[in-house]
Order: sequence, then C-alpha cells, then structure tokens
Amino acid sequence: MLDVKLYNSPVRPTWCPGCGDFGILNAVKQALAELEIWPHEVVFVSGIGCGSKLPDYIHANGFTTLHGRALPVAQGIKLANPSLHVIAVTGDGDGYGIGGNHFLHALRRNPDITHIVEDNMVYGLTKGQTSPTSPKGWVSTTTPDGSIERAVNPLALALAGGATFVARGFSGNPKHLAKIIARAIRHKGYALVDVLQPCVIFNRVNTYDWYRERVYLLDDEPGYDPSHFEAAWEKAHEWHDRIPLGVLYETTDQPSYEEQVPALKDGPVATRPLLPLPDHEAEQLLAEFR
Amino acid sequence: MGTSELTLKLAGEAGQGVESSGAGFARALHRAGLHVFTWSDYMSRIRGGHNAFAIRVSREHPVAAPSDRVQLLLAFDEASIDEHTAEMDPSGAVLLDEPLARAAERAERSGSGARVWLAPFSRLAEEAGGSKVMANTVALGMAAALMGVGLETIEEVIRENFGSKKGGAVADANVKVARAGFEYAQATWGGQFPWKIGPAARNGRKAILINGNQALGLGALAGGCRFIAAYPMTPASSLYEWLTAHADRHGLVSKQAEDEIAAILMAIGASYAGARAMTSTSGGGFSLMVEALGLAGMAEVPVVIVDAQRPGPSTGMPTRTGQGDLLFAIHASQGEFPRIVLAPGSQEECFEVGARAFNLAEKYQCPVIVLTDGFLANSYKTSPEAAFAPTRVVIDRGETLQSEDGAKLDGPYARYKVTPSGISPRALPGLPWSVHLASSDEHTELGHFEDEDPDNRKEQAAKRMRKLESARAEMRPPERYGPDDAELTLVGWGSSRGAIQEAVDVLAAEGVRANALHFVDVWPFAAAAVEAVQRARYLVVVEGNLTGQFARLIRAETGRKADEVITRDDGRPITPGYILTRLEGLKVHAGREAV
Ligand SMILES: Cc1ncc(C[n+]2csc(CCOP(=O)(O)OP(=O)(O)O)c2C)c(N)n1
Ligand code: SF4
Repeated sequence: MLDVKLYNSPVRPTWCPGCGDFGILNAVKQALAELEIWPHEVVFVSGIGCGSKLPDYIHANGFTTLHGRALPVAQGIKLANPSLHVIAVTGDGDGYGIGGNHFLHALRRNPDITHIVEDNMVYGLTKGQTSPTSPKGWVSTTTPDGSIERAVNPLALALAGGATFVARGFSGNPKHLAKIIARAIRHKGYALVDVLQPCVIFNRVNTYDWYRERVYLLDDEPGYDPSHFEAAWEKAHEWHDRIPLGVLYETTDQPSYEEQVPALKDGPVATRPLLPLPDHEAEQLLAEFR
Repeated sequence: MGTSELTLKLAGEAGQGVESSGAGFARALHRAGLHVFTWSDYMSRIRGGHNAFAIRVSREHPVAAPSDRVQLLLAFDEASIDEHTAEMDPSGAVLLDEPLARAAERAERSGSGARVWLAPFSRLAEEAGGSKVMANTVALGMAAALMGVGLETIEEVIRENFGSKKGGAVADANVKVARAGFEYAQATWGGQFPWKIGPAARNGRKAILINGNQALGLGALAGGCRFIAAYPMTPASSLYEWLTAHADRHGLVSKQAEDEIAAILMAIGASYAGARAMTSTSGGGFSLMVEALGLAGMAEVPVVIVDAQRPGPSTGMPTRTGQGDLLFAIHASQGEFPRIVLAPGSQEECFEVGARAFNLAEKYQCPVIVLTDGFLANSYKTSPEAAFAPTRVVIDRGETLQSEDGAKLDGPYARYKVTPSGISPRALPGLPWSVHLASSDEHTELGHFEDEDPDNRKEQAAKRMRKLESARAEMRPPERYGPDDAELTLVGWGSSRGAIQEAVDVLAAEGVRANALHFVDVWPFAAAAVEAVQRARYLVVVEGNLTGQFARLIRAETGRKADEVITRDDGRPITPGYILTRLEGLKVHAGREAV
C-alpha cells in the first residue's frame, strides 16, 4: 500500500464546501494507493464540468479535455500506450449528454479504461440546468415547467451496450467507493462506475440524507452474483426506495479492445523508438508502386 | 507519324470497370517506360452515373498535369459521347462499342472532327473465348495497337492482376481477348490513327506510379506515424485505407472512430501518450474536428490532420475537387493559437509533407493541417523513385524529453514552461520523474487550471503564439519555376502546381517571359516568401476556389494585391489550358506589351 499523500496536488479544489466530488477524489486516491499504482503510471482524462476538474486536484498524469470528449481521448491514450492505467472522469451531462455517442461506442469496444461518472443529476458548473439523468418533472432554469423527458438510466444503458463491468458508488461512502474503483481499475476492459454525487447547491432533492435513507450494499445482499446479467439488469432498474451500491455486473469473457489490436502485439506503439524504415521494408513498400 | 504524347480517356457507367482497367493500363504504360499522369472524374454513385479515367502518356517528358485535349476516347456508354466529344482532338478518335451505333451518329454530328469508330468490344470478348465483362480488355488491346505501344505492355499487367485465379485461366482468357482487340484494331484502323507514341524502351529509369493519397501515406509511414484514427469521407478515405492495410506490419494502430469528433480526439490522445498520430478527412469532417483542433492548440498536443478538399459548403460535390478550405483551415476554431498548414502540390511533395508534418507537429507541439484535394488524392503520376526514399527521411521529435533528462530538473516538471521560443520541453507520460498535466482550460506552467489571472493568461497565450514565430522562420518560401526576371508571375498553392508550370512552359514557347511561384508551406506565411511575391512585376494568383482565398492571404501577409486572380470552382481540376484561356480573356498574355 502506497502513501495516499503521494497523490496530493499543490492545488486546493474549488468545489463548494460539502460537494460530493470531494468524496470521489478521496476514494480515487485510496484506490490507487491500495493498488500501488504510482502517479506516473496512471492518466486521468476528464471532460469539462465541476467534477472534471479532478485531474487538477490529484498528483498524477492528467489531461482535461473538452466537454463530453474524455472517452475518445482516453481510448487514444490507451491504444497508444496500454501500459498506462487510464481513468476517464466525467460528469453526467458530460458523459451521458454531449458525450453520449462516445459513451455508446466505448461500451461496445471494451477498451481497458475505467470510467468514473460523477452523477449529480444536474449540470453543476453551468449553474443547475437539467441533465440527462435528471428525473422527469425536474424543474430547473431550462425546464421551468418540469422536464418532459425521461431520465437516462446509465447502468441499464451500459449493460445493454455491452459493458463488461458496471458498478454504482456513493460519494457519501468513500471507503466503499474506493473498493469499487480499485476493482474497476483491476478489471480488464471498460468499467463504468456511476457515482451518486450530491451537488449541494443545485440539487436539493438528491441530498446525502436522501441517499442514506435508500442505498444498500449489494455485498450485503445474500446470493447476489455479479456475473449474472439478468440479475444485474434487474438491479439496474431498482431506484426509488432501495438503491443498490456495488458491482452490479462483471464478466471476464470478453478480451479488451487493445488485446485484439495486432500492432500492439510487440508492446506500446507510443514508446517504440522512432527510426527510419529499414531498407527491406522501404524496398517492399516501393515495390508496390513500380 | 510519331508523336511524343497523347491522352487516352476511358469513359462509361460506374460499375463498368472504367477506373480499374484505366489504372491497370496506366500501370502497364508506366512499366513499359512511358511517363504517365492520370486523373479521374466520377460521380457519387456505386452503379450507374458517368465515370471517366484519363491517362496522359508521354514518351520523352515527365507529365504532371491534366491535359485539355483527348486524342483517344474509349466509350462504353452513350453518355460518354455527350460528356466528352467536346474535349476531342480533331485528329483523334472515338472508339465506341457496337451496340451504341445511335450515339455514333451523334458523335459524328458533334463537329469535333474526331473520327468515330464503332468497335466490337463486347462481341470480340465473347468471340475470343472470354465473356462480355472482358469488353474493357478488348478496348485496351485496341488502344495499345492504335498507340503503337505493343501488346506485351498490357500482357504483363493482366497476368499480375489476375494472377493464378482459376489456375491462371482467367489471366489467359484476358490475354487472348486483349490480343483479339489488338489485332482487330491493327487490321481495321491501323494507319488511320496519327497519334503513335510508339513502344518505349525500358530505359532503366527508376520510377514509381503513385497517387497523392498513397504518397502521403507512404510519407507518414516513413515519418514514423504510429496511430491513425479516422472516419470515412471521400476523397480522404483511400489514404486511411492505405495506411490501415499497412498497419499491422508497420506497428501502426488504425482505428475507425464513431465520427470525426472522436477520430481527431483519439489521435490527440495517442499523441499525448507519445505516438505520432494523425487523422484524415475532407472539409465536412474537418468542420466537426474544429473543436478538437482548438484543444490541440491550447493543450499543445502535436497532431496531423489531412483535409482532402472537395467543393463545399456542406456535403458539396463529394467526388469532385477544389481548394476552398484554405482560409477555413488557417482560421478554424475560436481563439488564437499556432498551427501550421501545408499544401503539397505533387505526389513527390505529398510524400515529403507526409513525413515532415510529424516533425513540425512535434517540434512546435501544435496541429499541422495538410491540405490536399480530390484531384491530387486520386491522380497517379510516374515519379522518380529517388524522391520517395523512406530510408532518407529524417525524424526530428523536437524537444521531447527522455528518462535521463529528469536529473536536470530543479523543481517539479512544468509542462507549459515559459521559454523564449515558446516551445516547452515535453515529457511524455510514463517517465518516473514527472507527471504530465495537460489542459484545455487556460493553465499555469505546471498545467493547473488558471482561468482568472490576467498576467498568467497573457504569459501563456504569448508563449503559445511565439511558437508560430519560431515556425515562421522555418517555413519554406515558394519554389520558383521559370526565369527569375519574368514579366508575368503565376502564383499557386497545392495541387495546381503541374498545371501552372506547364502554362509557364507554353507561355515561354510563345515568347512570354513568365514564371511561377508554388507554395507548399501556406501557413504561417514564410518570412522569405514576402520578398518573392513583392518582386513580381505582374502577379496572377491561380486557385481552385470562388473568391481567391490565397490572393487575399498574400495581400494580408505582404500588402501586395494580386493584379489578377484566376479561380476555378466548378469541381474540376485546374488545367494548363484553363489558365491560358483565362489569361487570354484577361488580356494578360495576349496584351504582352502591356505587361
Ligand atoms: C461544447 C461545450 N458546451 C457547453 C459547455 C458548458 N458546460 C461546461 S460544464 C457543463 C455541464 C456540466 O455538467 P456535468 O457534466 O453534469 O458536470 P458537473 O458540473 O455537474 O460536475 C456545460 C454545459 C462547454 N464547456 N463546452
Ligand atoms: S456546483 Fe454542485 S457539483 Fe459543482 S462544486 Fe458545487 S456542489 Fe459540487
């Protein structure tokens, strides 16, 4: 176990006091320390939003990209250098709204990346607009009469899309969250960790207390087996009174995307020396055109 | 009568094999030691519609531009007659398949003066023991006879194309059919076709036949490209496909992304991780990439973006060509940041730029946009092999730090260190002594968010922009073609290179002292280019767009207003004849004394 302080950034978070993102940051550091992953061995790739500032607040490689665009950048990094641990961090608007198409396609590819979604069911950074995970009827500045769309169910969407690891955490229980994140990082393939993250400013419904009254741990559920898709599907639809936390689904029967790429058989392309083509290769290429 | 060059055009419906048999014949002529230049003209359909493939063949001189006149037309459908008789040389000939007799009359009446000969393409194919689909091969046999290049020219390529399919029976059948066509043409029209370029002696000249997209791909491979992500879009797809075909063998990761947005972002991710990375697309896809272009600029991630232009806006003319994206490429994205724009003008330059783009991207840690177009992408040219030596390519990664450089640091690694050149040494992620923090938001030297402090902003923005000034000094001035002291200077960029140079040659033959300035490095405007432009006595800019974008750029960068601008925006390539006709219209070269 490494010292958690190793990951301390010189920068103090600008999150609102009490924001659920603090719990996620702590859990992430805890997971890395537990797995003994050094700061230079991991890359945090985020989008834009309150939660997407996380790479700034942790001492590790990081790339804050654009709103909704963390996943393709993360996949590019992983494809170029699979020896790096790649962790994408997005908000719900970021990951499921503007980045929805990228999310869908990451699911079916199974890249070996961990995707942590700070799901506060609202747009935090832009001051409280409705998000794809806001429930139907949600009142905000952009839906003053209440949203008339149904909310996205990220866990069900991930399962349907082919995710090989689907989990839910709660930032009010960072210890448990750290365990899930560690498991997600260990998982070979795309791992979604949707985190219930109270936004203490713009979401006055889904508060810490609201969650505490409802969440329970799947680990405490007798006989729950995360390798069963049907069971996971059912749990993914449980919400109002009882909200399951933990690994809903994990399968190891799919190879990761990178494992199937022939060019990566000889190791990461990013770290291979760059030399002029050897004579025989050049000769063979030119012969195509003679 | 012997001539030193001619243009042959194959025309027919999509699906009739015009493109493939044309390309095969071009290769045959190239192998025989002739100089070849091809261009194609096709519609955005898989079947039906009208396609044409033109081959300009020359015995003595290299050819680098499309011609304006066709001497021999092989017509496989009626539309070919309507589309192409206007281009016919009066002393040329049109060969069209027997069943198209009705069209033959129309062709005779068209007044081009060219002979119109009904030719039994499909009948001979069947009679010679082949099948109707070999009509193309018959036609090529006939063409070989009329041009006087010898049957063995095409035999070799037929054998290579069909290989041992069905134990070599397919190749044998095609060779037989080609011979039938060859013999028929000799017997029937033998002495009546004046354009004989004759059999070329294989002269030991080392040459390759390559198109712009292949040359760019070859350059990228030689330049150490390790990653390409793209989304198919004409006319860029064949570049991406060519690299993908070579990916496994050359340690290149190729990824078809869900869209262009993801394609460029994947390339940016791969490049952040340390792989030389690129994406290829056309204008519409490039439009989608613009957001990420800014990300690469702000986060200072090297990335190579190929925009194979076609006429726009929107989906425009998918299978045609144009140069309408120049100012967009230079200005795309909100905010200000350095980028480099290169526009190769020939197959050789495609190769060179394919490799150099990565050096520039890594050296200046910025996006490099390569502007080609549909015409250059698809045009094959006989080119000296020496210009494509992959082993001679120099790889320069600029200030990319290695493991041993860690010892030299006196504090934490600062990704965006403020330096006089604006270039901050880049430590790739994974080095044990550093973490690499990149950010799309305004940031400090260490890469942390800093979107409040005006001084930090000014310092970082200026640091980024200084890279452009550093690059400007390295940008190459235009290449001059023709005499130094010309009365008339034609200026072009990108794919019109060959046509402009040929126009200069024609003018010279007519006694006009003209020269050409050809730009490959279009942005930043090379410091050394300013003088070259300002020295021109009469400046005519030639380009493939409606509004004269390069002329505007020249004026902005040098203060020099072009005296005339010749533009073409009908989706067709610029030809020497097009330039000369327009010059006449402008009374530029007609009024020689005025110049
Ligand atoms: C292309 C683009 N559109 C819009 C924005 C503005 N924007 C920044 S963050 C954000 C939403 C953030 O919500 P979410 O992803 O849920 O993250 P949170 O702030 O709640 O953590 C938006 C719309 C942007 N930065 N870029
Ligand atoms: S607005 Fe909400 S999500 Fe954003 S920092 Fe504040 S509490 Fe956290």
